[in-house]
Amino acid sequence: MKLIRLLTLALAALTLALPAAAQQGDGPLRIEITEGVIEPLPFAIPTFEAENEAAQEWAQRITQVVADDLTGTGLFRQIPRDAFIENVTEFSPNVQYANWKAINAQALITGAVSVTPDGQLNVKFRLFDVFSERPLGDGLQFGGTTNSWRRIAHKVADAVYSRITGESGYFDSRVVFVSERGPKNDRLKRLAVMDYDGANLQYLTDGADLVLAPRFSPDGERVLYTSYETGFPQIYELNVGTVTRTPLPVPAEAMSFAPRYAPDGRTIIFSLAQGGNTDIYRLRPGAGQPERLTTAPSIETAPSFSPDGSQIVFESDRSGTPQLYVMPASGGEAQRISFGPGRYGTPVWSPRGDLIAFTKQNAGRFHIGVMRTDGSEERLLTASFLDEGPTWAPNGRVLMFTRETAGAAGEPALYSVDISGRNLRRVPTDGAASDPAWSPLLP
Amino acid sequence: MTHLGKALMLTVALGLGACTSADRFGPGAGGAGAGAGGLYGPGAGGDISQSALDPASPAYFQETIGDRVLFLVDQSSLTGEAQATLAQQAQWLQRNPEYTAIIEGHADEQGTREYNLALGERRANAARDYLVSQGVSAGRLRTVSYGKERPIEICSDEACYRQNRRAVTVVASGLTS
Repeated sequence: MKLIRLLTLALAALTLALPAAAQQGDGPLRIEITEGVIEPLPFAIPTFEAENEAAQEWAQRITQVVADDLTGTGLFRQIPRDAFIENVTEFSPNVQYANWKAINAQALITGAVSVTPDGQLNVKFRLFDVFSERPLGDGLQFGGTTNSWRRIAHKVADAVYSRITGESGYFDSRVVFVSERGPKNDRLKRLAVMDYDGANLQYLTDGADLVLAPRFSPDGERVLYTSYETGFPQIYELNVGTVTRTPLPVPAEAMSFAPRYAPDGRTIIFSLAQGGNTDIYRLRPGAGQPERLTTAPSIETAPSFSPDGSQIVFESDRSGTPQLYVMPASGGEAQRISFGPGRYGTPVWSPRGDLIAFTKQNAGRFHIGVMRTDGSEERLLTASFLDEGPTWAPNGRVLMFTRETAGAAGEPALYSVDISGRNLRRVPTDGAASDPAWSPLLP
Repeated sequence: MTHLGKALMLTVALGLGACTSADRFGPGAGGAGAGAGGLYGPGAGGDISQSALDPASPAYFQETIGDRVLFLVDQSSLTGEAQATLAQQAQWLQRNPEYTAIIEGHADEQGTREYNLALGERRANAARDYLVSQGVSAGRLRTVSYGKERPIEICSDEACYRQNRRAVTVVASGLTS
């Protein structure tokens, strides 16, 4: 007997009809993210069993990260361990469902951790649907070095999230962004990269030059960004592993900025400003000159590819105010898709292809919003003095963006919000931060 | 980079350039910004204004002629006041042919980073084109946009925004780019 316990209710049908694929599931324990979860799903996660002495500390840390990943989505609520009727001390396919039912744990996550003397970590986990009294999926294990313990924990959480929501996860991912220091009129900006949750921070540039708006390649190994290293804004490509960079081969007398990769990971689209006119260009480094995709005398910037590579959404003020347009990837006639009041900018196509996220400025406020790719069903998810520059989580269900406070002491910070407008939270960073770009899910 | 020598400064009340309003920035107000020091030299506030005496000096260009022009919200067209300032800048550049100039375009913080970069470039080019129309050789001028990255005034009100929507002509001797 399957009991379907959706946590949620209502709302969605009114706001955003999502693809049917997102609504179908085969397991009884299920969260429909798109329907706007009102009541987070309670789960129990006993500290993972340490299979040997050396694994003790790792087991605790890994369990904590798994729990934090899940609760951080706003979709799950961890039941405190002191409420447990029994603890799980042995990693076994058999559990006493009644004991978990009694404390209203709908999901139970158990795990075991072992470490070899040479630092190999092995993590096993199982997920149980308590009320259906059955495992949800098979037991699974992940291995790696102790250095990658956070990634292993994120992979466990991704698997749990994925089994319960039917969506792919996003915890095992990184964010490249601009770390900021100093007063507003003398900001020092450095490229930095960190795990999606703020851990493992690493600086990629030294702050000597103004840097802006990094963007990950589809494989997560390279980053495009704009630097004033020469005194003029120019696009560079940086290898994240080796932290070496090369300038994009574009005319030095023009300003180049707002780069993004095509889904093929090789083609790059960007803006080139020359003689007071900014247009969008396409370049395949090593394969000829930049190709001009727009020719209007207006500003065309902030291009972003559709995930199938066939179209480009961008921002243009050809109508008099900045609005969003979609054109074929090879250029050509563009269709305006934004028609609401206010100004629209920095459109970003969802990795799922279903939505476009954008920045909207209206009546003195800034918003992060989403709309369908034809511009319909616009929804604003946030509002503040200054919100801008959304970037999609790899599963297309969460956005991260820059929120800057007003005034002489105003500072930017990174925030995330899910596409139902819920779970707005500040992403922990070491000081002020802006221009986040989310990596794909790591392999 | 916008620091230029401030030699030969005397206390002559010539009045600052058309676009420089009272110094509300003041020494110590929010850090000595690298890009902000040139216009408001130490002691420039208060009742006594100072200007460069040597009309061939960059300081004279900055302070007496005025090195910047301001723009209306979202606009890159030049006001009459801006044109008057640029005409004087052009004369100075023609009198002092050993100097080249980089024109920096800036925007206020209302607007996205990318759009403001493009808007700043438009403003810098509007100023550049005017200088060229007044006879300055295009080869002596370059433009760059900082978008909203380099405000000189840091409040979040129109009083500050109007000072930040600017094109600043930064002169330097030698080195043609």
